[in-house]
Amino acid sequence: MKKVKSLVVVLLLMGLALTGCTSKASGTIKVGLNLELSGEVASYGEAELNGIMMAIDEVNAAGGVLGKQIEVVKLDNKGDAAESTSVATKLATESKVSVILGPATSGAVKASVPVANQYKVAVITPSGTADDVTNDGTKAQPYAFRICFIDAFQGVTMANFASNNLSGKKAVILGDSGSDYALGLAKNFKAQFTKNGGTIVAEEAYTAADTDFNAVLTKIKNAGAFDVLFIPGYYQQVGLIIKQARAAGIDAPILGGDGFDSPKLLELAGAAALNKVYFSSAFTSLDTDATVVKFIAAYKAKYSAEPNMFNALGYDAAKLAIDAIKRANSSDPVKIQAALAATKDLAGVTGTVTIDALHNAVKSAVVITLKDGVQTSPVRVNP
Amino acid sequence: MNTTIFSRKNLLWTVFIVALFTLIEVLMMADIIGAYYKITLMLIGINVILAVGLNIIIGITGQFSLGHAGFMSVGAYSCAITIKMFPTWWGFGLGILIGLGITFVIALLVAIPTLRLKGDYLAIATLGVGEIIRIVILNMNITNKAAGLSSIPMLNSFPLLFGFATLSVILSANFKNSAVGRACIGIKEDEIAAEAMGINTTRYKTMAFVFGALLASVAGALYASTFYVIKPESFGFAKSIDILVIVVFGGMGSLTGSVVATLALGVISLLLQPFAELRMIIYAAALIAVMVLRPQGLMGNYEFSLPKLFQRKKRKGEGA
Amino acid sequence: MQQFLQQLINGLSLGSIYALIALGYTMVYGIIKLINFAHGDMYMIGAYIGYMGITVFHLPFFPALIFSMAFCAVLGMVIERIAYKPLRNATRIAALITAIGVSFFLEYTTMRFMGAEVKTFPAVLSDKSWIIYGLRINFQQIVIFATSIILMVLLQIIVRRTKIGRAMRAVSVDADAAKLMGVDVNATISFTFAIGSALAAAAGILVGVYYNSINPLMGMAPGLKAFVAAVFGGIGIIPGAMVGGFAIGLTETMVSGYASSLYKDAVVYVLLILILLLKPSGLLGKNKKEKV
Repeated sequence: MKKVKSLVVVLLLMGLALTGCTSKASGTIKVGLNLELSGEVASYGEAELNGIMMAIDEVNAAGGVLGKQIEVVKLDNKGDAAESTSVATKLATESKVSVILGPATSGAVKASVPVANQYKVAVITPSGTADDVTNDGTKAQPYAFRICFIDAFQGVTMANFASNNLSGKKAVILGDSGSDYALGLAKNFKAQFTKNGGTIVAEEAYTAADTDFNAVLTKIKNAGAFDVLFIPGYYQQVGLIIKQARAAGIDAPILGGDGFDSPKLLELAGAAALNKVYFSSAFTSLDTDATVVKFIAAYKAKYSAEPNMFNALGYDAAKLAIDAIKRANSSDPVKIQAALAATKDLAGVTGTVTIDALHNAVKSAVVITLKDGVQTSPVRVNP
Repeated sequence: MNTTIFSRKNLLWTVFIVALFTLIEVLMMADIIGAYYKITLMLIGINVILAVGLNIIIGITGQFSLGHAGFMSVGAYSCAITIKMFPTWWGFGLGILIGLGITFVIALLVAIPTLRLKGDYLAIATLGVGEIIRIVILNMNITNKAAGLSSIPMLNSFPLLFGFATLSVILSANFKNSAVGRACIGIKEDEIAAEAMGINTTRYKTMAFVFGALLASVAGALYASTFYVIKPESFGFAKSIDILVIVVFGGMGSLTGSVVATLALGVISLLLQPFAELRMIIYAAALIAVMVLRPQGLMGNYEFSLPKLFQRKKRKGEGA
Repeated sequence: MQQFLQQLINGLSLGSIYALIALGYTMVYGIIKLINFAHGDMYMIGAYIGYMGITVFHLPFFPALIFSMAFCAVLGMVIERIAYKPLRNATRIAALITAIGVSFFLEYTTMRFMGAEVKTFPAVLSDKSWIIYGLRINFQQIVIFATSIILMVLLQIIVRRTKIGRAMRAVSVDADAAKLMGVDVNATISFTFAIGSALAAAAGILVGVYYNSINPLMGMAPGLKAFVAAVFGGIGIIPGAMVGGFAIGLTETMVSGYASSLYKDAVVYVLLILILLLKPSGLLGKNKKEKV
């Protein structure tokens, strides 16, 4: 009985294998999406999906690329590293896509990079910021690219801002202990800040499941005098933290990374609390650049919501892929990889991008000040 | 009862397993089973090890453990740290052994106090243990905290995994059919009666628990050496539930059921891939439906037996 | 000293939310011995229904609260009828697994229809806060604290002084005997679920207003901690849920404030294991001998 059952299963798998290998419709170029569409980090994958689809729809409406329409193969990695490996394998070997966009989270990206290298299909992550996603420090991962900052850059930028622009000597770090993004930012901030002569007075943690931060905020308030509070984390928690911190009487300037960058931050924290808040970002709605203005308007029209950083990064990642396909003049993944590595001064919504030897995106950041919840005084920082 | 190693039953099984393995290998080499399906089969293999291990604890001994993923993570991290330092076969073996060692100690430490608890309380206590293990790993430096470990060399391969999976099923079946296993079944059926019959319930419950935990540890080590990256959140409550669902679907107490259910759920997951957002809703609804309509799972207590299959065929041929 | 008192306030504030959720857990467990894993998600649904009430129907706070509680009461009864009733005589494991299935179903359905992104509550309750002797207290904190105490007292009155309460107590002791005495067991159980779910909904909407943020997975962590609270105080005992809730809230706050903010959750689970080992009937529970 079991033998029959396993035979049936094997035949089923064979059938699936055969259906998976559909002959590439000669009229389309396939782009694979490996995104977190379910699970705890689904909001990032979903946000990037919106940005990506908007870019692809725009291009398709204008006639496609190289005369062909772009066909999207969208798969969900459930926010799990093992699933990400599976999905990347499927996209590269079964669906035979030309390039893969995503995942959004560093861990999932790192799980898909060996697959990308093995089957020679480039992976572009819109928001995988861990330093070792695209390179091992000295050498680039051949088939991994990113369009976002790296943790080292943002951490250093904010530390310098704290030391130089805010004359801060003592800092407190309150980080998301469950996020590698937060850990990376905190580590780099700490290193740079101490190098600049400052001291870290306290390091505390929270988790993404928390909504009540009063305990740790009371502790910080009583930990001694400090000049700046660095919160490397995402707006969903940071918004609440800032609101509760200000209510607890913590008046010090609050610093953060591009995880702050979302219209939701204002909704969660309230305008009154968002004073003396500074964060680095690539995307700012303040930008008077025509491309950005157009993007924000188009996004609002299509999705009836203000775009946030993840939407913008998804959009730019898709645009980068399409630009590389154009320059490669082919849908061959290997040629596209070469074109990606040679990307220079590509204008996007999140800045002008050049891909460097380590496959990181070289672009300038903007340190934004929030005054009464409104973005002001952008300070541009170049790498 | 035939207890020799070369019994008819064992010979039949060996032939079956070798035939199955050869068939799959041939299909893979002919690229009929492509890379994607290969990796899916490997994941199914890992889940088989997890499922039979958990079935020994829950199905055969009746101890409701919700922290199985915790032991998996111990095995995974031990192996990952070791093979990153020594990316060789020796390193791999050492990694698995270290994982087994640490898991053994933790499982024992957990089992002795908590197995006194019953039913729901035990479930929640083991849930707590799983969470504690996850939080500790999340905050240790050697495990790289939230970033997890990446660039783990892929030392695993399908033959190796198939071998481990087969071994796990054989060991579990032997456990179930031994005197220890029978004592455990007795404990599941009625613990007080078993105690009254002179069975040292604590001893057997602990044995079953540790056995299951060790299998989970091996599965974790294989998992780490297959997927390049491990993070603490891969081994949370959700993972424990995943394995629990497999065991329940297949039928608690039936090892055959665990294997079949792992396959079935793996295939279903594959088929539902295009429906990402709906997948979990369908999955949850199916889970409720199965529990309401057939709580004993697919196979209840039934165990597949090759010799019996042939006996029945023979008798059918003779009878009519 | 001042820091300690402030942390005390923080802890009681956090604890009152756990207490509200724990009340529902303890009631359901008391009557059908089921750990309703989906209870934390009922809290989340309550928050979302309240959100819709306020943003879509433009209800003020109090009507939205009632609306949400009513909706969840009905939803709780429906779930009980469909998913739990058929398993009343099955193994405990089967019932627990069904509860887990219901939990996932609620979470992912909400995610599908409302999106995974957090939603912010409009400010419908006064945000005023006072500083007394340097200690900060917020109006909403007082509302939550008061609500949990009032609901607990109400619940105790219902359970101890009304006919339906007597029925609930009877069913929790021995369902068959209760049936023989003419108690409508099904209706009683449905009623229990309705109340439990309504309480969870109240907690959810209060949390949504107070913290300003809701998301489909918001019920997981508080649900689990509330369960620990219920067990800690004595599962099946209503004042126990309150005691447990405050205890867990205070523990979490004190560990975060004075020890390590990294391990605050782990300590709660260690506490759970300790209480299960040392006094499984909970702080306010009585030890029951198991009959053969």
